[in-house]
Amino acid sequence: MGKPKQPKADRDATIDAAQERILEETAHLTDWMARYEYLIELGKKFEAPSDLRIGENALQGCQSQVWLKAENREGKVHFWADSDSVITRGILSLLLRVLNDRSPREVSEADLYFIERLGLSRHLSPSRADGLGMIVKRMRLFSDESRRAPETQRSSDAQRP
Amino acid sequence: MLDIENIRTQFPILGKQIDGRPLVYLDNAATTQKPRAVLDRMVEFCERSCASVHRASHYLGEEATAAYEEARETVRRFLNAPSADEIVFTRGATEAINLAADSFGRAFVADGDEVVISEMEHHSNIVPWQVMCRRRGAKLKVLPMNDDGMLEMDALDRLITERTRLICVTHVSNVLGTVNDVRAVARKARSVGVPVLVDGAQSVQHFPVDVRELGCDFLVFSGHKMYADTGIGGLYAKREWLEEMPPYQTGGGMIESVSFEETRYASLPYKFEAGTGNIVGAVSLSAAIVFLEGLGMPEISARDASLVEYARRSLRRMGGVKVYGDAIECSGAVSFNLEGVHPQDAGSVLDKLGIAVRAGRHCAEPLMRRYGVPGMIRASFGVYNTEGEVDALIDGLRRVRSMMSVGTH
Repeated sequence: MGKPKQPKADRDATIDAAQERILEETAHLTDWMARYEYLIELGKKFEAPSDLRIGENALQGCQSQVWLKAENREGKVHFWADSDSVITRGILSLLLRVLNDRSPREVSEADLYFIERLGLSRHLSPSRADGLGMIVKRMRLFSDESRRAPETQRSSDAQRP
Repeated sequence: MLDIENIRTQFPILGKQIDGRPLVYLDNAATTQKPRAVLDRMVEFCERSCASVHRASHYLGEEATAAYEEARETVRRFLNAPSADEIVFTRGATEAINLAADSFGRAFVADGDEVVISEMEHHSNIVPWQVMCRRRGAKLKVLPMNDDGMLEMDALDRLITERTRLICVTHVSNVLGTVNDVRAVARKARSVGVPVLVDGAQSVQHFPVDVRELGCDFLVFSGHKMYADTGIGGLYAKREWLEEMPPYQTGGGMIESVSFEETRYASLPYKFEAGTGNIVGAVSLSAAIVFLEGLGMPEISARDASLVEYARRSLRRMGGVKVYGDAIECSGAVSFNLEGVHPQDAGSVLDKLGIAVRAGRHCAEPLMRRYGVPGMIRASFGVYNTEGEVDALIDGLRRVRSMMSVGTH
C-alpha cells in the first residue's frame, strides 16, 4: 500500500501564510461556480489513505460521511481526513494544507478566515451537516489536548465527547 | 383549481432572494412556510389575548382559553374526530408518538408481546417503539416494502400474531411520497382486534384525512409541516385507549386534585397535557387549518398529485437520474439521485442556485439501506410550488451534472 498522498502543509509558512497563498491562488475565481468547480477538481484529485474509512475515525454527520485521524508527531499535529462528498473533500484538502504539521498551539489558535473569504462559511455553520464544522472542532480539540499532553497521541483521544 | 400565483402572494418569505436568486423552496416535507393569515393571527393573539389557559380567572385568561380550545375543536373538525377530548396537543408528531409509545406501552404491552412497524418509517416512528419494546420485553417486527416503495400487504397476515398489540405505519413516506393504504391496514388489524397508529406528519397537509373513515385508533401530526408554527402538533386517539392509558408527563394542568398521598388526574385530554402548552402554536395551527380549508383539501390534493407527477416525469425525462419508488399513489415528495454524484454535493450546488432541497438520509436510515445508497436528494412540495420551480430544479441538476463533469452527453 502506497504512502498517503494527502497535501503536505507549506512547511516554511505559518497558517496565515498558507491561507494567503490559497487566497492568491484562487483570486482569479471570481464567482461561486468557478470556486466550486475548483473545489470539485481538488476533491477529485484528493487521495486519502485507504484504511482511513473505518468506524473509529468516522464522525457523525447527517448528510455526508467524514473520517478524521490525528497524530501528534514530535510536537507537530498531523491529520488525515476523508469524505464521501467531492466538495467536502475539496475543502478538506485546503484545510489539511493549512493546518497539517503545525504546532498544536498554532492549530488551536488559528483564525481560519480563508474559508469565509472563499465564500464557504455556510459549510462550517452548525446547521450544515456535512461534517466540516465538526472536523475543524475535532482538529482544534486534538490540538488543545496535545498542548496539555505533548506525548504521542492517537486520534481516539480527541474523539471522546 | 387553485390560484397558485395568488397563494404565493400570501407567503411573505417566497419573495426572498438567496445569493441574488429567487428562493425556490422545495423542502416542505421538512417544514412549510407560513402564510400571512397564520402570521397575523399569531401576532394578534400575542397583542390582544396572551395569557395562560385553564388557570386564570381573569378576562385575558378566558379569551386565551377560548382560543386554545377553539384550536382543539378546529383540529377535531379537520380530522373528523368524534370528540375534541380525543385531540391531545403535543410539540409535534415526534412527541405524539413518544406519548403514545410510552403510555400505550405501559398500559397494554407486556413481556413477549409484539409491535409491528413498517420498513419505510421515519426514525420518529421507529425509535420510540424500539425503546418501548426494549423496556417492556416486547418484540418489534417490521412490515417490509417492495422495490416500488409500497408496503407488502400480504406480509401483514404473517406478521400479525396473537401477541401483536399495535401496528404503526406512516400514511405517506417522508422520502418516497408513497401513500400507504392505511385503510386496508386498519381493516386487517381490526379484524383481529389490533389497534393501528398512523403517522400523518406527511399526509394531513396534502389530502383530506378522516380518522373515522381510515378506521385508525391513533393519528399523529405536526403543525410546522402544515403551514403552522413549530412546536405544536397533536395526537388523535380513540377515547377508549386514552382513558386506559396512564399520563405521559405529570405536573400542573393535568391533575384534578393533589395531596402528598395521592393525585387524581384530570379528564381527557388534559390528563396528557402537563405544563403550559404552546398556546400561540395552537392558535397558529387553527389559523393554518382555516387557511387549508379555505383553499379546499380536495383541491390541494388534486394540485399536489399533479405537481408530484410533473416532478417525477421531469426527473425521469432528464436521464441519468435514479428516481426512488414507483408507488401507484404518491404525495408531497420525490426522492432521487444523479448518477455518480453524492447527494450532498448536488444539494450544495442547488443551494447556491437558491434551490432548497434536502440531501441526506431523511431520518430514514433503514430505507436508505434498503436502496443501498448513502442518501438521496428530496424535493418536497407545498401549496405554493409551481411547475416553473420544478423546471428550475431540473436546470439546477443539469448545472450540477456539468460541474461534476459526469454528464451523459
